Amino acid sequence: MSTEHAAIVQMRNIEKHFGAVIALAGVSLEVYPGECHCLLGDNGAGKSTFIKTMSGVHKPTKGEIYFGGTPMKFDRPRDAISAGIATVHQHLAMIPLMSVSRNFFMGNEPVRRVGPLKFFDHKLADSITMEAMREMGINLRGPDQAVGTLSGGERQTVAIARAVHFGAKVLILDEPTSALGVRQTANVLATIDKVRKQGVAVVFITHNVRHAMAVGDRFTVLNRGKTLGTAQRGQITPEELQDLMAGGQELVALEGSLGGTV
Amino acid sequence: MSDTAPEIQTDERVKTRSRFREALIRPELGGIIGTAIVFLMFLLFAFDSGMFSSQGVMNWSQVSAQFMIIAVGACLLMIAGEFDLSVGSMIGFSGMMIAIFTVTLGWPVWMAILVTFALALAIGALNGIIVVRTGLPSFIVTLAFLFILRGFAIFLPQVIERKTIIGGVDVAAEGDWLAALFGGKILGGLFTWMGDNGLIAVFARGSRAGDPVVDGIPMLIVWALGLVIFGHVLLTRTQFGNWIFAAGGDAEAARNSGVPVNRVKIMMFMFTAFCATVFATCQVMEFGGAGSDRGVLKEFEAIIAVVIGGALLTGGYGSVVGAALGALIFGVVQQGLFFAGVENSLFRVFLGVILLAAVILNTYVRRMITGER
Repeated sequence: MSTEHAAIVQMRNIEKHFGAVIALAGVSLEVYPGECHCLLGDNGAGKSTFIKTMSGVHKPTKGEIYFGGTPMKFDRPRDAISAGIATVHQHLAMIPLMSVSRNFFMGNEPVRRVGPLKFFDHKLADSITMEAMREMGINLRGPDQAVGTLSGGERQTVAIARAVHFGAKVLILDEPTSALGVRQTANVLATIDKVRKQGVAVVFITHNVRHAMAVGDRFTVLNRGKTLGTAQRGQITPEELQDLMAGGQELVALEGSLGGTV
Repeated sequence: MSDTAPEIQTDERVKTRSRFREALIRPELGGIIGTAIVFLMFLLFAFDSGMFSSQGVMNWSQVSAQFMIIAVGACLLMIAGEFDLSVGSMIGFSGMMIAIFTVTLGWPVWMAILVTFALALAIGALNGIIVVRTGLPSFIVTLAFLFILRGFAIFLPQVIERKTIIGGVDVAAEGDWLAALFGGKILGGLFTWMGDNGLIAVFARGSRAGDPVVDGIPMLIVWALGLVIFGHVLLTRTQFGNWIFAAGGDAEAARNSGVPVNRVKIMMFMFTAFCATVFATCQVMEFGGAGSDRGVLKEFEAIIAVVIGGALLTGGYGSVVGAALGALIFGVVQQGLFFAGVENSLFRVFLGVILLAAVILNTYVRRMITGER
C-alpha cells in the first residue's frame, strides 16, 4: 500500500464545539495520496462536521490541520478548494437543467479572447467534457445533454470527474452511494477506484460497511464525536466495523432478533 | 491509468431521439411557433388593413421594440432566478426624474439622463442587495418598490410643479448629443431614397410632400435590437452567462462550485433597472415629457413576453431570443387587432390564453429536458 508516502492531509486532535454541544472530541486522521480512506459512522457520529472542518466550512475549535506537511488554516471553502481539497456533495453538486458541459465547467469556464472581449469557449469545454466522460465510462448523447437526464450515479461520476479534472489532490465524497441503487453504486465505486489509481487521495464517507469494504484501503470509524483509530484493509472484518459504528453493545442485543441482516 | 478505457455501450433503455424531436427541445420553441402563427393569421386576415405598409410595419415594430427592451432585462433576471415587479414603476419614476432635472432644475439633458441612469442602477442594486441579504422572495421585495417608486413618480411632480405631467423636455433636448441617442432616428437617407424610388409611401401633399411617411428607424428600435443581441451573447457565449444559468438553476450548487451567485443576481437587478430606464428615456424623448402613470403594468407585460419566450418561472432556463419573439408577438397582436378593427378588449383575452398555453408548453419542454415525470 502507499502508506510509505507522506500523508497529504493530517488532522490532529480536531475538536469542534457548537455552543454547549461537543460535536467532535479530538479526532485524528491521516490521508495518503492514492488511497481510499473510508470514514464510517452512524447518523450523528460527527462525520459531516469532521469533513466540513477539512473542507473549510467549519473552523475547528481545537486541533491542527496539516496539508502536505505544512499547517493550514482554511477560512473559507474556497481556500480548501484552491489548495486542492474538493468536496462532492450527494446533492447540490449539479444543476439538472444545464448541460453536462456547462455543469462541468461551472465556475471554471474556459475563456477565449476576441480582442478585448472574453467568450466562453464552448468548443474546448465540450471536447474536454466528452473526453472526461468517456474515461469514466459514461456515454453521453452529446455535451449539450442536460444533467437532468443522467442517473444519480452518473451525476456523482460527473461531479467526481469534474473535481479531478480541476486538480483535486484530495477528494471528499459525502455519502455518494447512500441514495443509489445497486448497479449505480457499483459504477460510483468503480469511479472511486479509477480516481485512486490516478494518485488522488479519496475520503469516502459512508455508513454502509459493504460499500466501504469494496474500495477502502483504510477505515476510520467515528462514534459520538470520537474515533477508535484507523484500521488497515485486512486487519478488520465487516462485522467488527459494524460493531464499532453502532457502539457495539446495543447492536448485539438487536442482532439476535434481526438474524444478522444489518 | 493502467487499465484500458472501458467499453462504451449504449444503454438499451435510453431511447434514441430523432433529430426533429431534439430540435424541438429548445426554449425558443414556443416563441417560434407563436410568431409563425401570428404572422400567418394577420397576413391571411388583415393583409389589406394597412398593417403591412411601411407605416404599419413601423407602428408594430415600435410597440414590439418597447416590449423587447424591458423583456431582455426581465428575461436575464428570471433565468438568474428572480423577478422584478418594479419595472413599470421604474419606467414612470425614471422618466419623471429626467423631466424634473431638465425642466424644473434646468440641467442639460445629457446630465439629466446620466444622473437618472445612475439613480436607477442604484435602486436596482438596492433591490438586489435586499433580496440577496434577507433571502426574501424577490416577488415581495420588488412589489414594495413597485409602490415606492410609483408613489414618488406621482408625489414629486405634484409637489414641485403641481401637476402629474411635465412637458417641455423636447425643447430642452434640441441639439443635445445624448438625447439624440434615445430620441433620434437613423438611416434617414435610406428611407428618403426608398421614398424617391417609390418603394415606400410618401406624403402626397402638404409642406412635406415627397418626403417618405416613415423617415427613418427610431433609436428605440436600435436600442431594442442592440439589447437583444447583447443579452443573447452574454447569456449563451460568456462565462457570466453560465453563471446566470447556474444562479437560477440551483444557487447552492452554484455557490459550491465557486460561482458568485449574489453578485450575479444583484447585477441582473441592475440590468433590469437599466432596461427600464432605456425604455423611459426613449419614451420621454418621443413625447417630449413625462407622466406619472407611464409604464403601468409593464412589469407583467415583460414577464409574459419572457414566459412566451420559453423561460421557466422557477429560473435556470430560458432564452433572450425567445423573449424577443415573445415581445414581437405581443406587439404584432396588440397593434394588429387595432388595424383589423377588432375590439381592443379581446387583446386581453388573447394574452391570457397565450400565456397559459406558453406555460403549459414550457412545463412539457422542461420535462423533456430533465427526463422527470
